[in-house]
Amino acid sequence: MINDSFSNRQYVIRIFIAVLLAIFVIQLFNLQLIKDYGEQADSNALLRRTIYAPRGLIYDRNGVLLVYNQPTYDILITMHELRVMAKNKTPLDTLELCKTLSITKVEFDKRIKEVKHRIGYSPRVPQRFITQLSPVEYAVLQEKLHRFPGFTIQSRTLRNYTYPVAGHALGSIGEVSRWMIEKDPYYKQGDYAGVSGFEKSYEVALRGQNGVEILLRDVAGRIQGRYKKGEFDKAAVAGDNLTVTLDIQLQILAEELLQGKKGSVVAIEPSTGEILAMASNPTWNPGLLVGRERSHNYAVLLNDPTKPLLNRATQGTYSPGSTFKPLQGLVCQQEGGITPETLFACNGPSSSPIRCTHHHGSPVNLESAIEQSCNPYFWNAYRETLEKGGYGDRNANFKANYERWRNDIMSFGLGPKFKDSDVPDQVNGSVPSIKTYDKWYGARGWRAITIRSNSIGQGEVQVTPLQLANSVAVIANEGYYITPHLHKCDSMLNHKHVSLIDKKYFPVVKQGMWRVCEFGTGKWYKLDSIPMCGKTGTVDNSHGRPHSLFVGFAPKDNPKIAIAVVIETSGFGATWANPIASVLLEQYLTGTVKRTELVNRLKTSVTDPDVKKY
Amino acid sequence: MSRNISIKSSIDWPIVFLYLALVFLGWLNVYGASYDYDQTSIFDFSYRSGKQFIWIICAIGLAGIILLIDSRFFQSFSTLFYILMILLLIVTAVVAPDVKGSRSWLVLGPLSIQPAEFSKFVTALALAKAMSSYGFKLRSFRSYLITGLIIALPALIIIMQKETGSALVYAAFLLVLYREGMPGLIPLIGFCCVVLFIIVIRFSDVPFAGVEAASTGLVIAFILMLLVVLVFLFLYKSDKETLKYLSLGYLTLYALAALIHLTGWISVNFLYVSLFCISASVIYLCVNAIRFRLRHYWLIALFLVGFTGYCYSAEYIFERILEPHQQMRIKVVLGMENDPRGVGYNVNQAKIAIGSGGFFGKGFLNGTQTKLKYVPEQDTDFIFCTVGEEFGFVGSVALLMIYMFFLFRLIRMAERQREPFARIYGYSVVGIFFFHIAINIGMVIGLAPVIGIPLPFFSYGGSSLWSFTFLLFIFLRFDISQTARVH
Ligand SMILES: [Zn+2]
Repeated sequence: MINDSFSNRQYVIRIFIAVLLAIFVIQLFNLQLIKDYGEQADSNALLRRTIYAPRGLIYDRNGVLLVYNQPTYDILITMHELRVMAKNKTPLDTLELCKTLSITKVEFDKRIKEVKHRIGYSPRVPQRFITQLSPVEYAVLQEKLHRFPGFTIQSRTLRNYTYPVAGHALGSIGEVSRWMIEKDPYYKQGDYAGVSGFEKSYEVALRGQNGVEILLRDVAGRIQGRYKKGEFDKAAVAGDNLTVTLDIQLQILAEELLQGKKGSVVAIEPSTGEILAMASNPTWNPGLLVGRERSHNYAVLLNDPTKPLLNRATQGTYSPGSTFKPLQGLVCQQEGGITPETLFACNGPSSSPIRCTHHHGSPVNLESAIEQSCNPYFWNAYRETLEKGGYGDRNANFKANYERWRNDIMSFGLGPKFKDSDVPDQVNGSVPSIKTYDKWYGARGWRAITIRSNSIGQGEVQVTPLQLANSVAVIANEGYYITPHLHKCDSMLNHKHVSLIDKKYFPVVKQGMWRVCEFGTGKWYKLDSIPMCGKTGTVDNSHGRPHSLFVGFAPKDNPKIAIAVVIETSGFGATWANPIASVLLEQYLTGTVKRTELVNRLKTSVTDPDVKKY
Repeated sequence: MSRNISIKSSIDWPIVFLYLALVFLGWLNVYGASYDYDQTSIFDFSYRSGKQFIWIICAIGLAGIILLIDSRFFQSFSTLFYILMILLLIVTAVVAPDVKGSRSWLVLGPLSIQPAEFSKFVTALALAKAMSSYGFKLRSFRSYLITGLIIALPALIIIMQKETGSALVYAAFLLVLYREGMPGLIPLIGFCCVVLFIIVIRFSDVPFAGVEAASTGLVIAFILMLLVVLVFLFLYKSDKETLKYLSLGYLTLYALAALIHLTGWISVNFLYVSLFCISASVIYLCVNAIRFRLRHYWLIALFLVGFTGYCYSAEYIFERILEPHQQMRIKVVLGMENDPRGVGYNVNQAKIAIGSGGFFGKGFLNGTQTKLKYVPEQDTDFIFCTVGEEFGFVGSVALLMIYMFFLFRLIRMAERQREPFARIYGYSVVGIFFFHIAINIGMVIGLAPVIGIPLPFFSYGGSSLWSFTFLLFIFLRFDISQTARVH
């Protein structure tokens, strides 16, 4: 036994060990319970691969397929793998890759740089390198793909169109903007979404729900299987197939008839508010705004001074001119300014304060006034309506009359745009308020005579062709409209708007409009067997020839279609808008147009040489 | 037969149980760490878990053989073993092929072994033999020279084999020397050196209290030194007055400086305040040393002067003596450099793996970071990541507890040895295990620099498992003889 005087030092050693292990426990506590490494671990090991949902197809009202999907291929690049290859002394054969992709080395480097500077860039996450290869390009690349590790292919779909028409109505899909990504976290950079037209209005229904598969990726970027055997994977849900209200044959014909002209056509089924055709010219083949050519073509369209991207049917505002007169006739009856029997004298072109543009017998009643488009009649009717009961103290009575007139007019859907409609890109029309006039003329500075131009649709009232067509639908329906819309569904029938005009005032106006097409300005283009109602309009235009307008519906009883046609800077309403409308009515009601010569003349005639066909 | 009975009755079953538990858990984690999604069985011999199973079976067999050998055998031949070992190490350093920059593996046909692993218990035996020889006392210069040589010789050869990590393990013998009577001052000074070095380097760029010339590292180091001085004075209790005056003096000076600083009148350089405190203390201690004829006041004064110099030269040591990659490792450990792709990559990935385990872990075989090889060396040096990721905080702490029980049990066993040889060997075992555990886990959780040494019984590999088994069971053999003798 040796005297061991240092035995107590075992406790120092024990304490030292315990303290050190306690420090380890504290650090483990810190790492595992306080800091959150879960996200970093997931971004290491989990690769979330999006499974793109097939976008919904679009059919026309008769079940004709309009928009479908075609496969396209994106090349993805994983920078980390390129780095690994360079490290292993087997760098990428850049020249060979460039040759295969038919791009230059400069472009290749530029793309690499662009990829690295993306927001949310990660060297381990595959990044889009080149997008939208055609199936042919894909086939060429796929054979050689094994020689370019780090590059993978992701298949997606692009839109394809059965007919090269209805670009404005259908719209297009494009890459989501940063703004859209911020607004809706569903989107990620490089995703596609509807950016205009029907594609935009029904984006959520059409896009479906992208799925995701969560894969395990090892440190070298190789996929090692599914995370938790796919427990958290989500299958893609295909987008809904939707039906648009368009009649594609009518739409095609409308666009053909508009060739060489600036203008637009809107046709509505009055009983349902369904838009049968909505054409605006100049327009473009929707197939142009698809794929890699999209941005180039879009720029071309954007820079065209004739503004093909403008949907004139919903974004063009015009004075309604004489097409306003049927509405005026209805409102003035409703407000007691006139009765169908009321007669006003007309002195033809020498009438005052508004001259008449036609020669006809005098005096005229409402029916003949519509037929003859008699300006003095409508001025007198307007004046009677506004001045009924005198001007009153501080014009109060006059202003009350005006306010009633304005409300009546707006109950045809004029003024503000249709807020409950799915029609995209609408702008507001205008029916001036008392406030506006007070501001212009002073509170007591304006009287009926001041705003007389309103009586014949040449004043401050502004309408879009969509509103114009809808207002005719109200006449066709004798007192109501369903909000015009593009998605064919029954729920829109609930959006019924009853006008402030009593049903009993309509027949005489309809009769007048029938007479227009039978004996009046529209008699040249009446339909053989179907009685149609209409009204031409010739709207003065400070930029040149007047705008040619026509509104109408057919058949006279139980109308099936209401239409508005506007041809800018072209001449009389009877010259352009009327025949175009007539041909379209025939097409829709009979399924064909017998007047082939007329159709050919309209298709080939050019009123605006600047308009190009895309 | 009688020998078997004596083994059964006198073997320390708790340590055997802890050994088996650690080996078994280690095996599970090797399976978890090297698991690949195609592997079907833990016994699949083409995978590491299967191979580890063979190593384990062999290790248990070897353990049994060791227990059957007479303990006097190890004692008598320890010097011879040591000499053979040194020769083998030298041979290895010369003939071993270069494997990833290390020349420590001897390849014998299909088997490759790392002699450095086995030199640990041989050195322990030799050290025990030398220190337990008659009349040996850790006092004389000669005794330190002998022990120092025994420890340093294999370490130096291993450094020549470019296995710095394994060589550092020989520092573990300091624990033995301490237990056997080396003055506590020596490890304390060593400890102070490390702590002050870390503080000075870590905060060298941070100005203290907004004064550019005052490095926070130095100010904190000096304040700590003054505190250590007060602790010394308190422990020796020889002179209440000195302790009282010095502590009051420090308090007043620092409080005054802080007060003046806070009023914003003058921005005080606390480095000068600290230096003034130190010089005043040195003078005061020297005066008192003469006055009261107290030798250790001289030593305390020397401590202050020496470490003041050390702190000032620490930066020099860091910049000039350490190599750039060593500097980098230290900087990463100290959190001065954030380098997740370079030196810090391993540790950063290890932290992610462990951190993502959370409280209960992801479950056995459900870890993603280790499975997908984000953690390098995930089944050898970084195996603790698998524990942390798959078994979470609960599992990690449980493992630390098992290791603590294991070490405490070894200490208890070492203390009950009557023969100094067995006790010294026992403390060598404690020291070696403790060093491995502390450095390995410390490295993986980012508290120690990256030094590639295995975690006992957990890291994959036959050499390390066998060498740890030898180390432990030779001690167990001594313990059995001791217990048998007592009975
Ligand atoms: Zn007239």
